[in-house]
Amino acid sequence: MELVMPIVIAFVLSYALVKKVNVFEAFTDGARDGIKTLFNIAPTLIGLIVSVSMLKASGALTAVCDALSPLFSKIGFPSELLPMTILRPVSGGGSTALLNQVLRTSGPDSFVGRCASVIAGSTETTFYAITMYYGAVGIKKIRHTLFASLMADFTAAVIAVVSVKLFY
Amino acid sequence: MLSYIFVFMIVISVVCSVIFSSTQELSQSMLDGASEAVELLVMMSGMMCLWSGVMEVARKSRLTDKLAKLFSPLLKKLFPDVKKDSKAFQYICMNVSANLLGLSNAATPFGLSAMKELKKDLLSDEASDSMVTFVVMNTASIQLLPTNVATMRSVLGSTSPFDIIFCVWVTSVIALTVGLTVSRLCSKIGRKKWNL
Repeated sequence: MELVMPIVIAFVLSYALVKKVNVFEAFTDGARDGIKTLFNIAPTLIGLIVSVSMLKASGALTAVCDALSPLFSKIGFPSELLPMTILRPVSGGGSTALLNQVLRTSGPDSFVGRCASVIAGSTETTFYAITMYYGAVGIKKIRHTLFASLMADFTAAVIAVVSVKLFY
Repeated sequence: MLSYIFVFMIVISVVCSVIFSSTQELSQSMLDGASEAVELLVMMSGMMCLWSGVMEVARKSRLTDKLAKLFSPLLKKLFPDVKKDSKAFQYICMNVSANLLGLSNAATPFGLSAMKELKKDLLSDEASDSMVTFVVMNTASIQLLPTNVATMRSVLGSTSPFDIIFCVWVTSVIALTVGLTVSRLCSKIGRKKWNL
C-alpha cells in the first residue's frame, strides 16, 4: 500500500516525459500554485482553528458531544464526528479546523480519526459550490439541487462510518 | 455565512468557559490555536506543493483529457439533454476529469464555462435538469487521491496516511449515486414542489 503513491507519481512523470512535456517546469508551476493555495487558505484556517480550539477549551464541544452521544451511540455514529459533519457542507475551512481537532485528539489512525478522514475526503463544501456555480450564471431558482446535495452529504457521513467499521 | 459561524463559535466559547469555569484554558487556547494553525500550514506546505506539482504535470501531459474520454460514455447517460459534440459537454468532461485528479483550481473555470453553455439553451432563470445534475456532481467529491486529507493525516502522525483511500472511494461513489438518484427522482416528481 505504501508503494501506491510513489508509483502514481513515477507514472505521471514518466508519461509526461514520453509525451515531451517540460516535466520539471510543469512541476514547479504546479508547486507554485500549491503555495498560492496555501496562502489563500491560511487566513481562513488561522481564524477558524483559533475559534475551534477555543470551543474545545471552553468545554462547549465536549458538552455537546456528551449530550448527544447517548442518542448517536445507539445507531453507532461516534458523537465526536458530529460537529465536523454538520459544518462540512457549510464551510471548508471550518471543517478542516475540526478535522485537525479530531485527528489531534483521537489520533489519525484511530477509528474516529479514520472516519473523520473519510468524511473529509469524500465530501465537498456544498453551499460554496452551489452559490458559486448558480451565482456565476444568475440562476435564482435552483429547484431540488440543495436537497439532493445534502442527501449525498448525509449518505457520505453514514457510509464513511460503516465502511471504516467493515474494513478495519 | 462564515462571519456568523465565526462570531457564534467565539461567543459560545466565552459563555461556556464562564459556565464551566475554564477561563484560564480559554485564553491559553487562543494562543495555542493560532500557532497550531500556522504549524499545520507549514507542515502541510511541502506535501501540498509536491502534489499540486505532480497534478499539473498530469494536466500538461493531457492525462486529464484521457480521463475525460474514459468517462464520457458514463457522462452521456447522466446528461441526456446535452449533445455529445457540444461545447457544454466538453466542458463537463474537463471539469469532471480535473475534479478526479483533485485539480480544483482547474475544475472551477471549466465548471463555470459548462454552466454558461448550459444556460444558453435556457429561457428562464430556473435551473435545468442538466444544471442540477452538474451542480450536484460538483457538491460531491469524486477525487481519486484525497491528497489534502492524507497530507494532514501524515503530518499529524499517521503511519499510513493513504490507507483510507478505499473507504473514501466507496463512500464517494455511494454518496454521489444517492445525490444523483435523488435529483433524478425529484425532477420526475414535479418541478413546482421542490422550488427552494
